[in-house]
Amino acid sequence: MSQASRGSGPSIVIRGGRVVDASGERRADVAVVEGRVAAVEADLDVPSGARVLDAGGCVVAPGFVDLHAHLRQPGREEAETVESGSRCAALGGFTAVVAMPNTTPAIDSASVVREVIELGRTALCEVHPSGAITVDRAGERLAPMGEMADLGVRIFTDDGTGVQDDGLMRRAMEYAVGLPYDVVLAQHCENDRLCAGGHMHEGEWSSRLGIAGQPAEAEEAMVARDIALARLTGARIHMQHMSTAGSVALIAAARAEGLAISAEATPHHLLLTHAECASFDPTFKVNPPLRTDADVEAVRRGVLDGTLDVIATDHAPHPPEAKDEPFDLAPPGMLGLEFALGVALSVLDLPLPELVRRLSTRPAEIAGLTDSQGGPVEPGRPANLCVFDPTATWTVEPGMTASRSRNIPYVGRTLSGRVRHTLRAGEPVVLDGTPQR
Amino acid sequence: MRHLLSSADLDRDDVEALLDLTDSFVEVSNRAIPKVPALRGRTVATMFFEDSTRTRLSFETAAKRLSADTMSFSASSSSVNKGESLRDTALTLEAMGVDAVVVRHRSSGAPHRVASWVDVRVVNGGDGWHDHPTQGLLDAYTLRGRLGPLDGRRVAIVGDVKHSRVARADVAILTTLGAEVTLVAPPTLLPPSIEGWPATAVHDLDAVLPEVDAVVLLRMQRERMTEALVPSLREYTARWGLTVDRARRLRDDVVFMHPGPMNRGVEIAPEVADDPRAVIVDQVRNGVAVRMAVLFRLLAGEGPEPVADVVSDGADDRSVAADLSEQPVGAGDGGAT
Repeated sequence: MSQASRGSGPSIVIRGGRVVDASGERRADVAVVEGRVAAVEADLDVPSGARVLDAGGCVVAPGFVDLHAHLRQPGREEAETVESGSRCAALGGFTAVVAMPNTTPAIDSASVVREVIELGRTALCEVHPSGAITVDRAGERLAPMGEMADLGVRIFTDDGTGVQDDGLMRRAMEYAVGLPYDVVLAQHCENDRLCAGGHMHEGEWSSRLGIAGQPAEAEEAMVARDIALARLTGARIHMQHMSTAGSVALIAAARAEGLAISAEATPHHLLLTHAECASFDPTFKVNPPLRTDADVEAVRRGVLDGTLDVIATDHAPHPPEAKDEPFDLAPPGMLGLEFALGVALSVLDLPLPELVRRLSTRPAEIAGLTDSQGGPVEPGRPANLCVFDPTATWTVEPGMTASRSRNIPYVGRTLSGRVRHTLRAGEPVVLDGTPQR
Repeated sequence: MRHLLSSADLDRDDVEALLDLTDSFVEVSNRAIPKVPALRGRTVATMFFEDSTRTRLSFETAAKRLSADTMSFSASSSSVNKGESLRDTALTLEAMGVDAVVVRHRSSGAPHRVASWVDVRVVNGGDGWHDHPTQGLLDAYTLRGRLGPLDGRRVAIVGDVKHSRVARADVAILTTLGAEVTLVAPPTLLPPSIEGWPATAVHDLDAVLPEVDAVVLLRMQRERMTEALVPSLREYTARWGLTVDRARRLRDDVVFMHPGPMNRGVEIAPEVADDPRAVIVDQVRNGVAVRMAVLFRLLAGEGPEPVADVVSDGADDRSVAADLSEQPVGAGDGGAT
């Protein structure tokens, strides 16, 4: 037995759980003092005045890191704010999110980067802005990546759209390699010409429903192009929301070749197929679109074997009035932060340390956040932690979200695995599934 | 039947019941005063977000011949131009006490969305590329009138299947009645997949024509040229048009159909459109009776008994219509035609 509290100030003991990080798992209590992990040992004493968080039956893991969240601020506050989005994140066990740049204005300059960083200071999780690759995400001129990187931006993407111009993408990669930071170019892989006018996966269901389609090849063509350009330039690239069997195969081959490539899968592409669109409910409209059973199976296998080394949410809030439209007139996107863990545990038979690697350790490495995020859970590390019950089952109901939006694609589904507590730098921002602010 | 949203929702019994009912309403339409009081006091609104004079007039005529009151909402002259959403428009009509809305919209699935928002009967009057159930029904009715039962009959649907709600409706309804449907088009005008469709697809019209009992020609839209789907109208007509030469090689009892509006000289030669084998005018005429059957089925109950009564001529007959009102036929607001 040892003392939980080595410093002064209030302390927390997370008691009775299994500590899981990328290195493995062990039964241990975790003491937190002054925002940092103070001890990780079995049967810790609880010092007087310390707060005890019950972790019975639970996993105590490094907080999750989402490489892909749309927080909508500035400019679309009716859909989400940094604060409301960070509350969703905390409820989902995330202690850091990378905010996508398709805001209004776009995060394409130092001033907007500063604004988002400032908004994130009071959020329920760390908020790290990504920066646009091109000015206003218009795909025409390079955005000032250097000045954004000076402020800490490490992921650049035009997410919402891919950089269509091959030559411009090559220049972006070349320029990024020369920056004095380890930055990553993340791509929303969709060839706009091949997707022209499409609103769902091109195939059996789009044909039947009479909705213009986005072929799988539109994604794969850009994945293949970016792999070739990474080979040419030596840039680090990250493939966002991979949704097709062909994309997974391309990434596996690029990885085998030794290229610095990472890739993410979303919860919805791990669970849902284009058949969901049969109701014409635009809740199921998303880019890239929900695809076939075979694609879902390939994405699952990709996560299991590590080809897809990250699970990221693509949390994309849209207010009800935007989704209360015919399918083709509604914007693409669905909520994800609060459901990612439940979906992942429900559909993936993955050892818990591997799950933590996909949701926390690996994304923290890619985003350059290893000082504070991603584990390991050991003394001295910042106490960014989540505590979840991997077997708790729950049924998703309409409106079951802290988002300002309601576009949940999992309503009516029963998920297993639910977050109990989340600590951001030692502060319990979620306790017993309830946000504390 | 609560709504008529998708052709595939109708099973064979549903389709046959509607076509049999249509027979009765054809008879009504042929009377000196083509009107029955079946839907007196009910209100049918047409909600058209896309220009379609013929379909809107057909539905309104159908409603009026059933003595329903009608309201016409069209996007070009409405609050849609002021930014009102489809949902708010539908809620507005519901609040006015409408019993049924006929929705025509350029978005596939728009009628399904409307049905999810309001407690009103919804008829799909044509949605995007998806479906046009009353067109499928009137095509089936017209074809049955010429050919008799459709079991084993071979129908070619020729042209821009990919962008055609008529093709999807016809495939569903004609095959439900036992017809064998072949889609004929260049690959660029076929849907990306016909997996699960009860139809086959080929590219060569001349290979198919000797086998067919009926040809449905689809409207070829000029904008398909700019999308590089076919090189030119001239090439389209040469390969997929029902030309005089092709028509000459077909039997006398083969039926030519077109949902209109036609591009004479493109998908169908002018002379062929006026050929006795063409039933294009019959399609329009039957459209009114089919839509009467659909509105009647949705708004006046489902049993066969009131159907026989309601369309009967005798003013003394004990009928559902008589139950609804003691007023003479044509006295309702919808009576002014």
